[in-house]
Amino acid sequence: MSQATLAIRRISGHPGPAPGEDVERDELVCKLVDTTTCIGCKACEVACLEWNGYTFTDTVFDNTYQTMPETTWNYWNLIKFNEHEREDGTVTLLMRKDQCMHCADPGCLAACPADGAIVQYTNGIVDFQQENCIGCGYCVSGCPFDIPKFNPETKKMFKCTLCVDRVSEGLEPACIKSCPTGCLHFGTKEDMKDLAETRAKQLRENYGIEKAGVYDPAGVNGTGVIYVLHDVTNPEAYGGLPKNPHVPWVVRFWKGPAKWIGNLAMLGGIVGVTLHYLRFGPKEVDAEKHENGGQP
Amino acid sequence: MSTSQVSSVNTADNTGGSILRYTFSERIHHWLGALFYIYCLITGLAFWSPYMYWLAALVGGGPTARFWHPWFGLAFTLSMFWMYKMWLPDLLTTDADRRWSRAMKYYVENEDEKVPPEGRFNYGQKLFFWLMFYGVILLVISGIGLWFVESIPWSLHWLAYLAVTVHVIAALATIAGFIIHVYMSTAMVRGSFTAMVEGKVSTAWARTHHRLWYEQVTKGTSSEK
Repeated sequence: MSQATLAIRRISGHPGPAPGEDVERDELVCKLVDTTTCIGCKACEVACLEWNGYTFTDTVFDNTYQTMPETTWNYWNLIKFNEHEREDGTVTLLMRKDQCMHCADPGCLAACPADGAIVQYTNGIVDFQQENCIGCGYCVSGCPFDIPKFNPETKKMFKCTLCVDRVSEGLEPACIKSCPTGCLHFGTKEDMKDLAETRAKQLRENYGIEKAGVYDPAGVNGTGVIYVLHDVTNPEAYGGLPKNPHVPWVVRFWKGPAKWIGNLAMLGGIVGVTLHYLRFGPKEVDAEKHENGGQP
Repeated sequence: MSTSQVSSVNTADNTGGSILRYTFSERIHHWLGALFYIYCLITGLAFWSPYMYWLAALVGGGPTARFWHPWFGLAFTLSMFWMYKMWLPDLLTTDADRRWSRAMKYYVENEDEKVPPEGRFNYGQKLFFWLMFYGVILLVISGIGLWFVESIPWSLHWLAYLAVTVHVIAALATIAGFIIHVYMSTAMVRGSFTAMVEGKVSTAWARTHHRLWYEQVTKGTSSEK
């Protein structure tokens, strides 16, 4: 992907539209995760740490093969292991690579109050700009996937960048590079959708996995990370992947109508007291002495 | 509280044409509360709207504003509870308040001759206090949710949405009260601002705006409301 894809499309907390937001977009990038061929080797976890310069932190044993219960501010990529009982009573291990989904309609960005702390590039990558982040955590309320995490030392939020620094130089993200089974793919959104649908069709027709399908949730206008799932009707089984994720309506209302209702009310209050003053003026003090105990 | 207030006023300060309306301690607590509230207002408005984000620059920028906002909020909460402790006896609704509230229209339109006499605080002032008092309780509870939003378990994520909603509504309600409070105490009821700075009001002021309180402090006998 070229530098041209790094033109900024949306800016959080920014007064007025982002310059050039209506420019027709070129190519969206996309990561495809085929959960049916993931072996849970965690090479992608290590590659993510290596590329992004984080050292390995303590693991947390949670009665599964999982490295830790959830992603952290310096651990952006986590394979979620879930034991799942099939309809016939047999048990399978579902493994899903969890990371930022790079929503086309990012809730984190909608919720963010800091000018320029979260941007969405023309290539679809949603990126946190820590130098503008104020650490308020509004993005936590906005995200339907529980992704933004807080670094208590620097008081900044962090998450997967889809290796925007690699992508902008024409390289694929580090996790893709490390995958030994080829369950991870990277390319344009269109190509990845094609590949995912082909794979899902293959699973349905050749392997008899009837519910196989592609997870590219419409509630957030699609995502920059899509999954092939054995059972697309039950994404929750894959470590809490929401069935119909969307930007919470509270966040929508708070950042939309509530803002204008509130601003108009505040302005109305100021205008109101001004009009009151012009109409009625200050109260007069009764200067006359009433020595009879205040009776007029 | 109000009885000791009366005697201190009578013995010390009811000389000439002025009456002590607010003690030094009351003034200090009022202005500390004002400081904490205004800090939270400036920073809160910065987080509220991108068009007001520049306000954060006034107090050291976004991250600094975000760091201190909750602490000033806690300080304001303490300050509110202190005022509650200090003023509660004067803030309970009385029969005079009930009569006054029926004539509030005349008070608003400055037809003060039709307004029944009031005690130390009129019903409007009491309403403002209770608005700020219950407002700050809602703000501090919801604020703790926003402060530590990442610590809310994912299964209880609706708490974050609830906290946002409550914080916004409570903040807007206190802002409405704040606008009216500032307007009335500076422009509309002249002498109030000076009273909160210097502590004293003229006897005429006291007689005009708080007749029952005036009678109480000048007679020294409590003509209980």
